Amino acid sequence: METAAARVAYVRPRGLTPLWAGAAVAFLVGALVIGVLVGPIDLGLGPILESVAARLHVPGVSSSLSPTDNAILWEIRMPRVVLGALVGGMLALSGATYQGVFRNPLADPYLLGVAAGAGLGATLAIAYLPEGLRGQQALPVAAFLGGGAAVVLTYSVGRSASRGRDAVTLVLAGVTVASFFTALQTFVQQENADTLQQVYTWILGSIPSSGWSDVVLILPYVTLASAVILAHRRVVDVLSLGDDEARSLGVDVRRVRLVLVVAATVGTAAAVAVCGLIGFVGIIVPHAIRMLAGTGYRALLPLSVVAGAGFLVLADVIARTALAPAEIPLGIVTAFFGAPFFALVLRTTRGGAA
Amino acid sequence: MSAVTLDDVTVELGGRPVVDGIDLEVAPGEWLALIGPNGGGKTTLLRAIARLVSFAGSIALEGRPTATMRRAELSRLLAVVPQEPSTPPWLTVGEYVLLGRTPHLGALAKEGRRDREAAARALARLDLLAYGDRLLGTLSGGEKQRAVVARALAQEARIVLLDEPTAALDIGHQQQALDLLDVLRAESGLTLVSAMHDLTLAAQYADRMVLLDRGRVVADGFPRDVLTEEAIARHYGAAADIVSIDGRIAVVPRRSLVRNT
Repeated sequence: METAAARVAYVRPRGLTPLWAGAAVAFLVGALVIGVLVGPIDLGLGPILESVAARLHVPGVSSSLSPTDNAILWEIRMPRVVLGALVGGMLALSGATYQGVFRNPLADPYLLGVAAGAGLGATLAIAYLPEGLRGQQALPVAAFLGGGAAVVLTYSVGRSASRGRDAVTLVLAGVTVASFFTALQTFVQQENADTLQQVYTWILGSIPSSGWSDVVLILPYVTLASAVILAHRRVVDVLSLGDDEARSLGVDVRRVRLVLVVAATVGTAAAVAVCGLIGFVGIIVPHAIRMLAGTGYRALLPLSVVAGAGFLVLADVIARTALAPAEIPLGIVTAFFGAPFFALVLRTTRGGAA
Repeated sequence: MSAVTLDDVTVELGGRPVVDGIDLEVAPGEWLALIGPNGGGKTTLLRAIARLVSFAGSIALEGRPTATMRRAELSRLLAVVPQEPSTPPWLTVGEYVLLGRTPHLGALAKEGRRDREAAARALARLDLLAYGDRLLGTLSGGEKQRAVVARALAQEARIVLLDEPTAALDIGHQQQALDLLDVLRAESGLTLVSAMHDLTLAAQYADRMVLLDRGRVVADGFPRDVLTEEAIARHYGAAADIVSIDGRIAVVPRRSLVRNT
């Protein structure tokens, strides 16, 4: 006869195992180091570490970098790497969240049209808001409104076409909505060609080298959205059983889904507002983690944040260096890796629900 | 007090009453089998009791109307074993059974020791303790079914609804599953309401049978009184003999070369 204590040992949620958490953090740290190291000017790892230590007021260490190099490190490379990490973590987390709440392995902020909607919202804000209101703070809000409209539209079109059961239908609906919103966005952009010169590059997806202001701009949205989603990580596992089963387990499905979709959309919109349309991060990262760690959402969601951050920092290094000194739009880099990966996921999914 | 009380319950789907003015009382500790032809309203009635579909009339669990309960409260009283449960292949059996503790947890809380103990008890009852760390994707159909029942037990609800609990199982596993439910019912005083297609099995295990046709109760009573050749002909459109072997009833279909309608 086993004791109750012995029995309990058999029943534990794996949650975040030290192995995978450690692997994800190591990946992120490695990506951050590479992101800061690589660039047209070789700063060297040692001097960079010294400079970081000096900033952290470690006694007895002073930066050996020249003032110019220090500026390159702290005003160009660091903010860009940090912004890439924030955006990548957010997009991966949003993708995994959409996959859980829509029970659809193919859901992704880009494929659901959320990113295109957010792009339209942001473009409209730049083009038509009066000068005084056009300040940076309006961008994430406008992007959220556009992204929210897109996700509602995609979900209702997909549902009416297949009662929401077919994974591929939702993606087709998303592609439709995305094309429509992109068409509107392009129209607005052409009409205002004079004020929107920079919109074209932005919409292709890139991490701006504009110092810390963009980091500061999106940090509150990304932090809040991630905190809300991560707090619900156990409930996402329940939702992944389907509406009826989640309800019969006592979950207020409609409310929880609304909270999660709003959070994922807010986070995506903030990311799009500064970095444009970067696709496939929400597909590549969560699915790669599933393949490696084979885990429920409880662990998948936090792992997605960390690995997504590292992934986008690395993708940005490729975008900066592949054709240096020219830059490839980051959205092109992620699509280059993401599209084949998506095909692979599509093959293994066969249109079924998650 | 009745475990489940239905008072004039009607469910309309697409403008058509699928469940039509049903009154029903289920006693505590009773095993009630809902039988009837496809489209008779069995599944919809179970869904109404679990408040998964909107209905007119009133349904009470242990005397309290479900309409005014919070979701989690309802789920602490009543567990559901669906016909086609989804079993995400990436979850372990232990994790899956722990999901049964959801109605006992706050919205954002994690499982505590009590929850892990309840899950361990449920696993032990279903002989699944050694499977705690196995992934659901690696289980056979019968093992999955046991995991689903374990999840319902971990919920520690006194009323359990089962929709075709044996549909996916072979005869041996059907018998095992139903024997097990019978034991659990006796040990824990569970009230079971199950929708079943297999009339012979239903007659073996249920105390009471309710025959639903076109959303109405057309017969209600002991299995031997409900299962008559006449009732089966009329409500299922099937020709069958009812035979009794040592007091156990079996429904034996009769092959007809010419079908008369």
